[in-house]
Amino acid sequence: MSNLIVLPILFPFIVGAVLVFFAKNSRAQRIISGIGSLILVGLSIYLAVVAYQQDTVILEAGDWSAPYGIILVLDNLAALMLLITSILAAACLFFAFGTISSKREKYYFYPFYFFLIVGVNGAFLTGDIFNLFVFFEVMLLSSYVLIVNGATKYQLRESFKYVILNVFGSALFIMAVAWIYSVTGTVNMAHLSERVAEINQPGIVTAIAVMFFIVFGAKGGLFPLYFWLPKSYYGPPAAIAALFGGLLTKVGIYAIIRMFTLIFHHEPSFTHKGLIVTVAGFTMFLGVLGAVSQYDFKRILSYHIISQVGYMVMGLGIFTPLAVAGAIYYIVHHMFVKTALFLLAGATEKVTGTTQIREMGGLIKSHPVLTWSFFIAAVSLAGIPPLSGFFSKFPIILSGFQEGQWVISAVALLVGLLTLFSMMKIFGYVFWGENKLTEKQSEVSVTKLLIPIAPLVAFSVILGFAAEPIFTYSLHIAEQILEPSNYVNAVLKE
Amino acid sequence: MINKPNNMMFRVFIRLIAVVVVTFSIYLFFSGHNAPGGGFIGGLMTAIAILVMYLVFGVSTIKESLPFNYTYMMSIGLLLAAFTGIISWIAGYPYLKQFFDYFQLPLFGEVELTTALIFDLGVYLLVVGAAMTFILTIVEDDS
Repeated sequence: MSNLIVLPILFPFIVGAVLVFFAKNSRAQRIISGIGSLILVGLSIYLAVVAYQQDTVILEAGDWSAPYGIILVLDNLAALMLLITSILAAACLFFAFGTISSKREKYYFYPFYFFLIVGVNGAFLTGDIFNLFVFFEVMLLSSYVLIVNGATKYQLRESFKYVILNVFGSALFIMAVAWIYSVTGTVNMAHLSERVAEINQPGIVTAIAVMFFIVFGAKGGLFPLYFWLPKSYYGPPAAIAALFGGLLTKVGIYAIIRMFTLIFHHEPSFTHKGLIVTVAGFTMFLGVLGAVSQYDFKRILSYHIISQVGYMVMGLGIFTPLAVAGAIYYIVHHMFVKTALFLLAGATEKVTGTTQIREMGGLIKSHPVLTWSFFIAAVSLAGIPPLSGFFSKFPIILSGFQEGQWVISAVALLVGLLTLFSMMKIFGYVFWGENKLTEKQSEVSVTKLLIPIAPLVAFSVILGFAAEPIFTYSLHIAEQILEPSNYVNAVLKE
Repeated sequence: MINKPNNMMFRVFIRLIAVVVVTFSIYLFFSGHNAPGGGFIGGLMTAIAILVMYLVFGVSTIKESLPFNYTYMMSIGLLLAAFTGIISWIAGYPYLKQFFDYFQLPLFGEVELTTALIFDLGVYLLVVGAAMTFILTIVEDDS
């Protein structure tokens, strides 16, 4: 038992509630939220160390023992996700200081930013499937506020669709929870894992597994439920789009990984190697085709989220330790790089005043640092060695070939090529080419905005050059989650 | 307003009804966590009572007589609920563990007091604040 692991939920919760009192004072809000986000980073580094030393730490909230009470479980996977979340949250927050309009600030931008983190962290930590639903709702409700914050016409239209789709998804989620409760009689994840193993996952449990996959697939932007994603991520300001693009879909992916390694892992030939791999292939390919066809900076990036999410679930679908480790490494890489790219798109927009890449050009002359940061992040996304993108795609595709999954591996390679193509399209239009900037535009300074982006780009380089220790860590996590008895024993103390 | 109706009956009765509703909501609040009731339903009932008064006496009158900032009320509620959990942390137990004991109070006799009650008070404030904020935002929107 350690009360510390409630802090990633409790601390942003308190910060968010305190920030409400300072809603009209943007200076105070900035100071409190800035310090709060940095403390959160320190806290999650500490928790990652704790998780690494002790493997699985649990907290029985309210002293109600498992499987009756709500359990918070910190294992290495959860700790890693918490760590990345806090770093991204801090980076996007500091970026928001320089870009967000004061009108948006006054309408509770910062409190809901922290409530969003409460939901995300809660979803990573909880060991109870109904509680997972609750934290998903906390996250989604805050995201509704953030996505519509500012209330432009476009935002109102697209966030309406976002809300409708997610409310529908949540309804399905609660049905799936009710369904699995009626079959197994428990909602505690460890207990579920044990009971599903006892009855050896009959057809009905597989059907429930598919239902959960649909629910989390809709939140994570998987084929065919990704249509809402590019449009709704286009509306809000860059800081929010970056946080959503880096973080929110990954919560869905985390839930899929958790469910399909801990609970529904007895029929891998159907659920993993059949369903998940097929969906992953379509997601990857159609996502990247969307990106290739677009000429808008933020839309291209949004479509790339979809195709990248495909790689992660592909790693899970192949279901060997190497592939799952690759998927985890991919999540880490993607969260940093995608957030960095969105923020760079925001910085570019600040210079040029548009997101249409055909209307831009020649930024390399006036903004070299911006250009090369983008270049590093872009080729990293496409998977050029020695950056992180290469080391995340390599194990996934390698284990795809080892397992004889020829089609999906070939698709993954092709998608990598198309990713490179569409990233170079942005680079060619926006940064190369003739200078289309006016005098005034080329003097716009983005140095302040590059400071929060720099660590994210640096992480991409570090993840590439220090691939060995980080991959060993991912492999350690993969081995831990592929052996559900670790989790079950820690929670149920048998 | 078209020909403002004489709603004297309404005004007289609502004073009585509001008192009854608020009293009942406080009863519900205290009976919570062992019997049906609690902060959520108590808070909703209080919000209903305030709302009826808004309907009858108009927004500006009630704003003067009940000058609460409902947004702050929400976040005070949140903080109260969060800090209740910290009590058990300081006492060395898992977060949110509740403590209770029996006390002899004048007038009431033996009463069970729990830390869950403070948590419930947080919920109560949150619910009143949230319900009133929703409705007042919509009411004030037509200007």
